[in-house]
Amino acid sequence: MKGGIASAPLFTGSDWDFSLLNRIYDAIEPIAIGEMKLNIYPNQLEIISAEQMLDAYSSIGMPLFYKHWSFGKQFVTNETLYRKGLRGLAYELVINSDPCINYLMQENSATMQTLVIAHAAFGHNHFFKNNYVFRQWTDAEGILDYLEFAKRYIASCEERYGQLAVERVLDAAHALMNQGVHRYPRIRPRDLKAEAEREAERQAFRDRIFDDLWRTVPMGGKAAAVPNDQRRAALGLPQENILYFLEKTGPRLESWQREILRIVRLIAQYFYPQRQTKAMNEGAATYTHYRIMTTLHQRGLITDGSFMEFIQSHTGVVYQPTYDSGHFGGFNPYALGFGIMSDIERICDTPTDEDREWFGDIAGSRDPVEVLKDIWANYRDESFVSQFLSPHLIRQWRLFKILDHEGESEVRVDAIHDERGYRRIRRALAREHDIARQEPDIQVVDVDLAGDRTLMLEHGVIDGVLLDDADAAMVLQNLANLWGYEVVLSEVDMETRKEFKSHRCQPRVDWTV
Amino acid sequence: MHIVDRRLNPGGKSLVNRQRFLRRARAYVQQAVRDSLQDRSIKDLDKERQISIRRDAIHEPTLHHAGQGGNRERVLPGNREYMEGDRIKRPQGGGGAGSQAGEGEGADEFRFALSREEFLDLFLDDLELPDMAKKRLVAGKVEGVRRAGYSTLGNPSNLSVPRSMQKAMSRRLALRRPSSAQLRQVEDAIAEIEAREKPLPNDAAALKKLREERAHLVRRRNLIAYIDPVDLRYRRFEPQPRPVAQAVMFCLMDVSGSMTAHMKDLAKRFFALLHLFLSRCYEHVEVVFIHHTDRAAEVDEQTFFYSTVTGGTLVSSALDKLLEVVKDRYSPNDWNIYVAQASDGDTMASDNDRVVSLMQDQILRIAQYAAYLEVGREEFAGIEATATTGLWNAYAPVMEANRHFAMRKVSHRREIYPVFRELFQRRGVSEGARN
Repeated sequence: MKGGIASAPLFTGSDWDFSLLNRIYDAIEPIAIGEMKLNIYPNQLEIISAEQMLDAYSSIGMPLFYKHWSFGKQFVTNETLYRKGLRGLAYELVINSDPCINYLMQENSATMQTLVIAHAAFGHNHFFKNNYVFRQWTDAEGILDYLEFAKRYIASCEERYGQLAVERVLDAAHALMNQGVHRYPRIRPRDLKAEAEREAERQAFRDRIFDDLWRTVPMGGKAAAVPNDQRRAALGLPQENILYFLEKTGPRLESWQREILRIVRLIAQYFYPQRQTKAMNEGAATYTHYRIMTTLHQRGLITDGSFMEFIQSHTGVVYQPTYDSGHFGGFNPYALGFGIMSDIERICDTPTDEDREWFGDIAGSRDPVEVLKDIWANYRDESFVSQFLSPHLIRQWRLFKILDHEGESEVRVDAIHDERGYRRIRRALAREHDIARQEPDIQVVDVDLAGDRTLMLEHGVIDGVLLDDADAAMVLQNLANLWGYEVVLSEVDMETRKEFKSHRCQPRVDWTV
Repeated sequence: MHIVDRRLNPGGKSLVNRQRFLRRARAYVQQAVRDSLQDRSIKDLDKERQISIRRDAIHEPTLHHAGQGGNRERVLPGNREYMEGDRIKRPQGGGGAGSQAGEGEGADEFRFALSREEFLDLFLDDLELPDMAKKRLVAGKVEGVRRAGYSTLGNPSNLSVPRSMQKAMSRRLALRRPSSAQLRQVEDAIAEIEAREKPLPNDAAALKKLREERAHLVRRRNLIAYIDPVDLRYRRFEPQPRPVAQAVMFCLMDVSGSMTAHMKDLAKRFFALLHLFLSRCYEHVEVVFIHHTDRAAEVDEQTFFYSTVTGGTLVSSALDKLLEVVKDRYSPNDWNIYVAQASDGDTMASDNDRVVSLMQDQILRIAQYAAYLEVGREEFAGIEATATTGLWNAYAPVMEANRHFAMRKVSHRREIYPVFRELFQRRGVSEGARN
């Protein structure tokens, strides 16, 4: 162990003050930066009250956000649960921005503040800065400015066009938010700050040159009919990003409505990496805090008592209920991420023959942090599980895989934790963590330009799993309103091209009034 | 690393969003609020409370896979018994294979707390007390403000110019501005000239000039104010108790044998609403409970609703009691009087004339508003009872003649609130509804 034993712990009771937070940070930093060699954005710690935590919760964890009733709904839900004691608040909240903003709740004990600083200010922070999905998609430097712009822009639209009209557009855009991301990096990453400036310029330019007379100038004859392929190519079809498609080609949208779609879309894109890396992100932060807290304890910087407090809360966080326990609600991302990462550490330090066979390149490498840092940088949940879920862990967790086929009255156990099952379980669990697969694959496939401008979409059905009917009808209504003409969504089997079902929806007239 | 203390930042960032949410869900919330009237005592009707509304009212749809159907695979932790190839009965109602469709209409509710203000706003949003104009002012404790001298701090609009000038002037006088040195210089010069035994040729002129200068300085000292921030004085106001409007509400209830528990419950709900409503309009609302059989007595709430007294019916006894209490304690000059009477209308025909005359000639003269609520059996709920009772017939001409007397029939608790609203609706809206 590097470093000596400290003469006195950093704190003894549970009280903390600002100078103590400084000392805690100064004690953690050499471990995280000096020994683990984490690479982080500069940190900013913000102390907030429970009520402010509720506020932050309700706007997707962001410090500022435009106004919308659904955030109010979030707030009242969280508040009710919190007040009734059904749910505690998160101890921390961290924002992927540069500088990295960490919220610490004032109610936390000194031990919890130490834990939170290690977890968020170093663990999450390092992950945000280094993981390739974040690097590709998010602009940590610009996000706060962009949100500021979005908030102002939407407020100004409310002034100009009325709160209700804006709310309708936002409702519709929110319904399509998950279909508002580019899943493959065809388009260069956004510089959100420049984005905000560009829109402001566009707006100013429009205002300057506005002349109502232009509206009356004749626009010439109808466009000639275009061949199918050419038309589809010109429209950029097929297109998986529905919000992007509407923003660019929606014939009935006003420019401010387009801009709102764009805002919702860019924010959805910003959060997309977080949805792809939940287990890894939480795992990385949990692994980091565990290592730092253990080191602090070994060096006598925190007392046995506060180490016990830490262990209690840590085990609560990484607890994974079994499928039949009554508490099971899927895999806990903290448990999964931390479990696999601890297992990687074991494989690096004390590999068995099985590990050498499965993980020849890392087994016995003796430097688990370096190995993990490489993993944190280059994987997302799906690839992470499919590469690093080990037979050891499958046995330890007694994982098994079931098949549930439509029309059969029984569920079949397809694989269990034995030699024959390892790879199948690993592949299946990886697929469960692939959001591109967990979310329906819906694309805009064509537009009937010559006829009634019907917008055609297709849901690529896998294994016969269809869309939720009631919700699909509501979302489609929103989509039709935005598009302005009829919308058709067919659910088509990916392999056989057989159509299961088709939904149709007409736009409502004056839906923003 | 920076540490920023945000605790003192204004909270309530979600307030606007919360309001928007309530506005959006308003119709549902309002219904839920009205339903929540059930099972509350009169006094704690206006406490902060939980309400629940249907989830789909504020549902945010997304495109997602259905919970059922198709071929699915899943990985689960914690296997203890299964081997590969085992078959398991599909669990009923959810579990490993997604939840059943169409479940949980009742359970799938959205619950949240409404603050007292939010609750009352929704509860009483367009009600108003009739004849609020007759507000008697008596000693009470509503806060008013009165002037209370001057202070050195305050709002610019409260700046007292004369007082500030006065302060500035006296400060300058006290400090002897223009500076005493300047004045002394002039005075010294005068003294020097005056002290000379043999005046020089131009002394007289110089003396005259100096004296003029001295007078000028003294005058300037007296006249020209110079306002320094320390001179500013603001008019100060302080809170002071002022007279308030107060009201007394008489709850009269028939507790004779014919009144069932259900009828009493209806009456209670009506009184509860009335109390809540009055407490919003008046600083003080007193409640007097009078129950009667063939004799009347003033009782407490508990006895009023839950006593088991029984006997014949003599409505006039209650009205007599009311007038007696008014005479004793609630002078009509000082109190706004409201009367709410509940009965099943089953009364002795011989008493009716007296009842009508008491109501018409005495009570309605002193009361702001009187309402008669005829409670019926639950079985009659929804049916417009065609048969009229003795008391109803007796009161009918009173209602014709007096705008501040109203009567309604109620036989189910769901009718209470609409009737109450009808009786106490804002003027103008209610004109049509009264007939």
